[in-house]
Amino acid sequence: MITLIWLELQKMFRKWRTYIGFIAIGFLAILVQVVLYFAGTKMIDFQMRGMEQSFVMVGNLFNGYFIARFILMALIINIPFLIVLVGGDLLAGEATAGTYRMLLTRPVSRLQVVTAKFIAGWISVLLLLVWLLLLSLVVSLLLFGSGPLLSFQGMRLIIFAENDILWRFLCAYLFAFISMSTVISISIFFSSFVQNAIGPIAATMAVLIIFLILSAIPVDFFQTIKPYLFTNHMSQWDGFFGDPVDYKEIFHSMWYLLAHIIVIYGITTYIFIKKDILS
Amino acid sequence: MNSEQVIEVRGLTKKFGSLIAVNNLDLNVYRGDVFGFLGPNGAGKSTTIRMLLSLIKPTSGEMKIFGKSITKNRKEIFSKIGAIVEKPDFYLYLSAYKNLEILGKLSGADTSKKKIMDMLALVGLEKRYKSKVKTYSHGMKQRLGLAQALLHDPELIILDEPTTGLDPQGMKEIRDLIIYLSREKGKTIFLSSHILHEVELIATRMIIISKGTAQVEGTVEELLKSEKVVVTFEVDKIEDAIRTVNESKWKENFKSTSKSEINFELTKNEIAMLNKYLIEKGILVSAVVPVRSLEDYFLRITEGGAK
Repeated sequence: MITLIWLELQKMFRKWRTYIGFIAIGFLAILVQVVLYFAGTKMIDFQMRGMEQSFVMVGNLFNGYFIARFILMALIINIPFLIVLVGGDLLAGEATAGTYRMLLTRPVSRLQVVTAKFIAGWISVLLLLVWLLLLSLVVSLLLFGSGPLLSFQGMRLIIFAENDILWRFLCAYLFAFISMSTVISISIFFSSFVQNAIGPIAATMAVLIIFLILSAIPVDFFQTIKPYLFTNHMSQWDGFFGDPVDYKEIFHSMWYLLAHIIVIYGITTYIFIKKDILS
Repeated sequence: MNSEQVIEVRGLTKKFGSLIAVNNLDLNVYRGDVFGFLGPNGAGKSTTIRMLLSLIKPTSGEMKIFGKSITKNRKEIFSKIGAIVEKPDFYLYLSAYKNLEILGKLSGADTSKKKIMDMLALVGLEKRYKSKVKTYSHGMKQRLGLAQALLHDPELIILDEPTTGLDPQGMKEIRDLIIYLSREKGKTIFLSSHILHEVELIATRMIIISKGTAQVEGTVEELLKSEKVVVTFEVDKIEDAIRTVNESKWKENFKSTSKSEINFELTKNEIAMLNKYLIEKGILVSAVVPVRSLEDYFLRITEGGAK
């Protein structure tokens, strides 16, 4: 199984499309850092206006943690659109290339093949998030230095002490990993039906966009179904920057997303095992 | 013939909706066979091979390879099978070497550099081992397909139209390789083809299928020896030859004549006998040319002729 996963990763990372997400995130993260380096103090002054009369702000508030959170908030909503490029191709890519015939006539079961594809997909998500973490947090801390983290929650301003921040980022990224794994699992699911990667990429994006739009419509019916849409649970990573942290809500969302992953994996595996390979 | 059955198929049927692609097919392939699986395009050859390799599920029937059920012993059986199903497709963005390494590892093969390079040398691709497969010609992909099928030293090699798209030299190389694998390495080979001549050259046993149904099965020699072929004898004294034939039992085999040629309908054994007879009667035979090709036999069988 480990060999299969390793071979899947080798195939994946020898494809140009796999690097699109890494390049896009690298470009955006660095661009945001450069822009904030030159114009960021104006932004934080704008956000803090009105409070300066009541509070005396000391220390480096415009620091690496603040930038890292800013980048995370800005980019995390776009990451699903990058990871489906990889997920949509995982099974459909084999059908397009005709390599199913080579792959599935080896002494490995279809269950192993599809499981290796899922695990490779999840690993690609993990690597993309680690890349984002390195660029946003590590580079930001090197460029902007450390300090307390300002967190705006609605009308509330929360300031986290310097030694109370790192674990929040790690937990937020861990939650983001589960969220993004749900998305890539959906794209692999769609990928099992077709012989072209475009379809699953478009279908996954359509599901995301439709669910996000439904969640945003202020009509009773849509607000009633909103808690059942997985997209509603994907942004719970931000809960780790609340005070106090609402663990009940976070775990509820986490289990909800994990259940989605398990069910999607199960259905995809069933379909793939039953599938006639005609390509 | 070795009596150990390598492939045993009973009542194999595959339906796609109302279309019956394979209908109640029986197959017997024995160890050491070069088994020709003949049929015109659309006869159900590839569907049968895909069922043998678990790529598609049969509607009904039973398949055993190495005496074991494929569904229950898939891993064990597939570790001893090398296959090309239709045209060989590879990861085009990878080199030939990397493709073989990946596919070899999946088959549990020795994927050391020496082993892979030896295999590439066997199929004449060692100089292009670093090139991405997308730069390969069809013939090169076919040869790479053979390399991936052989890398893990399988006992049974299933080849689906392995010479399709190759030039005559390439076809000969593949045929020579199949003969080498059979005779020198003792491999059992299941060869699907729509070219009777190709099967005749290398197969020991064969089956002809048409519209998903088996038409004839047996050794190539048995099936073809009783089949009459139109043969032209070029002779020096045409009138003497005609008179001699008319006075003999060969009169029944006579078909037509032209300036210096006489056409007969003969079995393979009869060709040599008639040639000997004419020479004994003082008629010089300068050439014996089969006019009606073996393809006619194939066409007659596949178009619903007598079994």
